[in-house]
Amino acid sequence: MQNTRAILRRVQRGILLGATFAMTTSDPTHDSEPTRRDFIHIFGTAATAVGAGAVVWPLVHQMNPDASVLALSTKEVDLSSVEVGQAIKVFWQGKPVFIRRRTAVEIEEAEATPMSALKDDNARNANLAGKVDASDNARTSSADGEAKPEWLVLVGVCTHLGCIPLGTSAGENKGDYGGWFCPCHGSHYDTAGRIRKGPAPENLPVPPYEFVSDTVVRIG
Amino acid sequence: MSGHPSTYNPSTGFEKWIDKRLPIIRFGADFMEFPTPKNLNYWWTFGGILTVCLVVQIITGVVLAMHYTPHTDFAFASVEHIMRDVNYGWLMRYVHANGASMFFIAVYIHMFRGLYYGSYKAPREMSWILGVVIFLLMMATAFMGYVLPWGQMSYWGATVITNLFSAIPLVGESIRTLLWGGFSVDNPTLNRFFSLHYLLPFAIFGVVALHIWAFHTSGNNNPSGVEVKDVKKDTLPFHPYFTVKDGFAIVLFFIVFALFVFFNPNALGHADNYIEANPLSTPASIVPEWYFLPFYAILRAITFDIGPISSKLGGVIAMFSSILVLFVLPWLDTSKVRSMRFRPVARLWFFLLVITCLALGWLGGKPAEGVYVMWAQIFTAYYFGFFLIILPLLGIMETPKPMPRSIADAVLKPKSADAAPAGAVPAE
Repeated sequence: MQNTRAILRRVQRGILLGATFAMTTSDPTHDSEPTRRDFIHIFGTAATAVGAGAVVWPLVHQMNPDASVLALSTKEVDLSSVEVGQAIKVFWQGKPVFIRRRTAVEIEEAEATPMSALKDDNARNANLAGKVDASDNARTSSADGEAKPEWLVLVGVCTHLGCIPLGTSAGENKGDYGGWFCPCHGSHYDTAGRIRKGPAPENLPVPPYEFVSDTVVRIG
Repeated sequence: MSGHPSTYNPSTGFEKWIDKRLPIIRFGADFMEFPTPKNLNYWWTFGGILTVCLVVQIITGVVLAMHYTPHTDFAFASVEHIMRDVNYGWLMRYVHANGASMFFIAVYIHMFRGLYYGSYKAPREMSWILGVVIFLLMMATAFMGYVLPWGQMSYWGATVITNLFSAIPLVGESIRTLLWGGFSVDNPTLNRFFSLHYLLPFAIFGVVALHIWAFHTSGNNNPSGVEVKDVKKDTLPFHPYFTVKDGFAIVLFFIVFALFVFFNPNALGHADNYIEANPLSTPASIVPEWYFLPFYAILRAITFDIGPISSKLGGVIAMFSSILVLFVLPWLDTSKVRSMRFRPVARLWFFLLVITCLALGWLGGKPAEGVYVMWAQIFTAYYFGFFLIILPLLGIMETPKPMPRSIADAVLKPKSADAAPAGAVPAE
């Protein structure tokens, strides 16, 4: 018992010497030896701070996406009815995903574009680790590692301020580069979904996806 | 909250009993007796008008919340249900929707009045700063309220504005997710916006109390900008002199309000908000409500990168700075003279600022391209130039006109040679 007391005393003194240094030295009425009251003040303040943090954390974190929202984070899409030259819009995580079955000409155009002509040379493909050049190959790579140049999968949200670019449905304005055009502030994307002209800072991002079979793709 | 010696004398036994325990009657009596500068003109009635606006919004809002459903599947339909099925629902909704616009008209006039008469200067800095806090809370409340009907403009306005936060380096994306509660503006977003839209007006109410407390401590400013020297000669009790003046102004204001509500209730809204929100299709142009247009213009005026700051982040910084600069205004204006009646040069720059704000509002509703962007940049530059360059310099360079010795002098001898001309201020 005596021993424990002595140890506690020593621990207490250690904390005090460290933490109350400024307080005790700035207060002329204090001796150099801190008191038990100092210890209680510091312990009380520290406990309050930790307690406040413990209360604030759940109050803030409850605003983050909940379990039911996260449960809807993947989606399987059957592509068997999509013809060459067509594109579809599917809904994933509350955002549209553009899936375009590109023509040979569109693929060729995208492949022929030099990196120097791009405003953003980052592939922005969630399936590729790190920063990769925004080549057409890198833009069409899925999670299984291989690129299927015929299929282009993009999150259809303009990287400027979040509008939905036009160009997916037949007859819509595809912009100056044959891909997509955002009507809000005039951003033009090419046939690989890369920003070429306008205020948008980044390429349309490629979501995580993989082909479960030849005609079924799983997004997320 | 009174800031002057109490003159209340409890006469009945009941009043004496109350006064010893909770002097609330004394509080009210002192409030009504508050010595108020006798020369306050009609520009000063907007404080009272704003209080009435807040009360109208809270009452109609509480009623609307009884019939509204904050769910993405039902929100739009529930608003139409209010319009068609609920008894007088159309009236409640139109009063609430137009009430927001009236609130902003009044607050802008109130703010320009403060600017013109130097109401932000010592010793009234706290009143001014609390006023800017109220303005920020109003903007947040109005923005979230506009999302609730879940129309196309609600949805896309919310998308554009919440996306602004993603421009903040490092934490921007996390903040945006936190606001959304998902991966885009969706049901969780609508739910929390409803909750906060109901909460913030009461926060505003609290700050309004502090705002009034602050200027009841310093005393009201007045059109001459001269401090009260002799309470007897310079002031009148708030009641009945200013309750009546405020009351008359409130009636006039309600006439304008009623013209909108009953004859053109959708004039200030956007037709696209009568189309239900569709996350798969963006309207051709996204414009905020009219009262945000000047700030929207400033946001879009920054089309160029500034060093490491991208144009997107630069726009966000400029937009928020345009309000934050008001917090430091009391220290930016170096002139000792409050009222612009006696500042012949500053007055001209002030009127140019008013024109600038109106022009920015007009430009905010135009597409962000070509010559519109250039003009938005010019006016944005002037907006910041006024506060950061012109006001600090003018205080040193300008020679003010001679000031009246007291408020009583300013009222009784307006035409004498050394006092201000009576026609200097439009509404007097």
